[in-house]
Amino acid sequence: MSGPQNDARDNGEAGLLKLDHVTKVYSTGTFGGGQLTAVRDVSFEVKPGEVMSVIGESGSGKSTIGKMILRLSPISNGTISFDGTDVSTLKRRALKEYRRDVQGVFQDPFSSYNPIFKADRVFAMVKSEFFPGTSGPEWRNKIGLALEAVTLDPTQVLHKYPHQLSGGQLQRLLIARALLLDIRFLVADEIISMLDASTRIDVLNLLADLKGRGLGIMFITHDLSLGNYISEKTVILRRGLIVEMGETQKVFGNPTHPYTKMLLASVPQLHHKWEEIAEGLKVPDSVVIDKEAAAKKTYETVSEILAPDADDSVIVETEPNHLVRFSPEEAREIEPAAVAGKTE
Amino acid sequence: MNLEVENLRVYYRTLAGDVQALDGVTFGVDDGEIMGLAGESGCGKSTLGNAIISLTGRMKYIEGSVTLGSAELPIWDFDEMNHHRFNDLSIIPQYAMSAMNPTRKIGKMVGELLDSKGVRHKEYTPELKRRFELVGLSQDVLNMYPIELSGGMKQRAVMVISTLLDPSLLIADEITSALDVSTQKAVAEMLVEFRERGFVKSMIVITHDISILYQVADTILVMYAGKLAEKAPADTIINSPRHPYTRLLISSLPEVGVTYTGKRLTGIAGTPPALLNPPEGCRFRDRCPFAYEKCLEEPPFVEIAPGHQTACWKEI
Repeated sequence: MSGPQNDARDNGEAGLLKLDHVTKVYSTGTFGGGQLTAVRDVSFEVKPGEVMSVIGESGSGKSTIGKMILRLSPISNGTISFDGTDVSTLKRRALKEYRRDVQGVFQDPFSSYNPIFKADRVFAMVKSEFFPGTSGPEWRNKIGLALEAVTLDPTQVLHKYPHQLSGGQLQRLLIARALLLDIRFLVADEIISMLDASTRIDVLNLLADLKGRGLGIMFITHDLSLGNYISEKTVILRRGLIVEMGETQKVFGNPTHPYTKMLLASVPQLHHKWEEIAEGLKVPDSVVIDKEAAAKKTYETVSEILAPDADDSVIVETEPNHLVRFSPEEAREIEPAAVAGKTE
Repeated sequence: MNLEVENLRVYYRTLAGDVQALDGVTFGVDDGEIMGLAGESGCGKSTLGNAIISLTGRMKYIEGSVTLGSAELPIWDFDEMNHHRFNDLSIIPQYAMSAMNPTRKIGKMVGELLDSKGVRHKEYTPELKRRFELVGLSQDVLNMYPIELSGGMKQRAVMVISTLLDPSLLIADEITSALDVSTQKAVAEMLVEFRERGFVKSMIVITHDISILYQVADTILVMYAGKLAEKAPADTIINSPRHPYTRLLISSLPEVGVTYTGKRLTGIAGTPPALLNPPEGCRFRDRCPFAYEKCLEEPPFVEIAPGHQTACWKEI
């Protein structure tokens, strides 16, 4: 799985954030006897000024990856490095410095705030924690710039309680809070899904602006249309495994893994009916709702009708910047040399 | 016409005054029609669904009539409506996943529900099992507690239970929004299948996701700030909407299958008005790029083409 890293070298541009064979195992059960592998052997990297969409259904491990990057959850195996430094080794001051560079914004803007305090208290907490020496006027100026970057009018949002602001405003305030720290990388975990359609696109465009300023962004979502709009690169996750990744246009334009096809066939589109899409992708419509298979066993989710990827499946680069997971047999047929080189 | 709603007005009582959440809506749903009801949060779409089926708590009935089939529904009288609920009209609530009693096995819960309606539940058991199979649930589910099912399974179980007595109208309130894309598609297609099989006569599908409606609904009704904006066949709403709000809304939605390199979509500037003291005239006026003096008066919701109604002075 050295494709993306090779590209980085080719372009002569270093990756900002790099995941290298990252695995996360949760202990489950009363005494932690059970084990659940939420993320399996995930490797990718994000460059400055690039948006990487991490797309998956519930339980795919997409949020777990975000939490591991933000150091909210320890890594079981593998390494995450930021700017060449292994993130999991950071302690105290170094960790605090890391938080200046990397911040997260999460799904529900309403529960990210304490309803008793005014919403702009999140800024005051940043000041006391990271900028105790900054003078009042200088700080207000900084807040002004951050609010400008997220296109909020200070008079409308400062000194207000969370319930007085809309979801879009609250979400943009949280992004402004992250910007106060002069971050270089943002983990955006489903930040759009709670917002209304007419304000959604503004927050998405805001992310595009931030990207223009050189910020690296990991955009975690279950909504393929949002990922398609905002990102240069896409990772499709299924049960913790990367099934397909690469340039967004290639992943969406030429989906290869059956799971990616099924996802694309399930997305409700605005100008094409489901039958048309299924025909275009050459997937049987019944892959998505196979009633017979469904009646025989009580499946958990519809996507489970598709056979899971085997443990020995491998990722193969089918075209430049487009990687797909195949079973060893399929992979050998497609590109024998590549498989030999990649099974480590 | 299966359902006819005539000038329905429902407000919410608050300490600050009445919130005019549903302000005079008039529309009809044909026999066999699946009508999608779309709009942003707070536009009154759930209020409309709830008002038709169970007007409770802080909701205050002001005026208007709801006719189902040939009989007028006494929606202002909660107890009187008990005779109609579940028999004639039914709802799949927004949080169907938590709609079941956690302390009862599903089979027992359904039995109690049917008994409370004066129906002998034994007679319905074979049909219940058959319908569970149809949506991909095994019969064992009847002996399970809700906690033993996944979110998608609970959703499907609730769908079957709500429609067991073949109601004439089904209201599905945001039933796909908490589901994964693949499960979402399955549930949406099941709604259509329920109609095909005659489990329900007509349906109102409430959602903020207009692209789901394009897939399953025959007609789409768009609401804005407590009022109706536009109603037309699904194809017309998506491909040639006439109300400025619908037009801006549709053009702001990103899509799969389109390449966006360098292209930007734009949202709708501003926010919907507060409904505590809504402004006179067209409620979309402040955000509308085409607004002019006439918009200070309230536009009527009128037919501009066969089966296509809208409330905009520019289109009349």
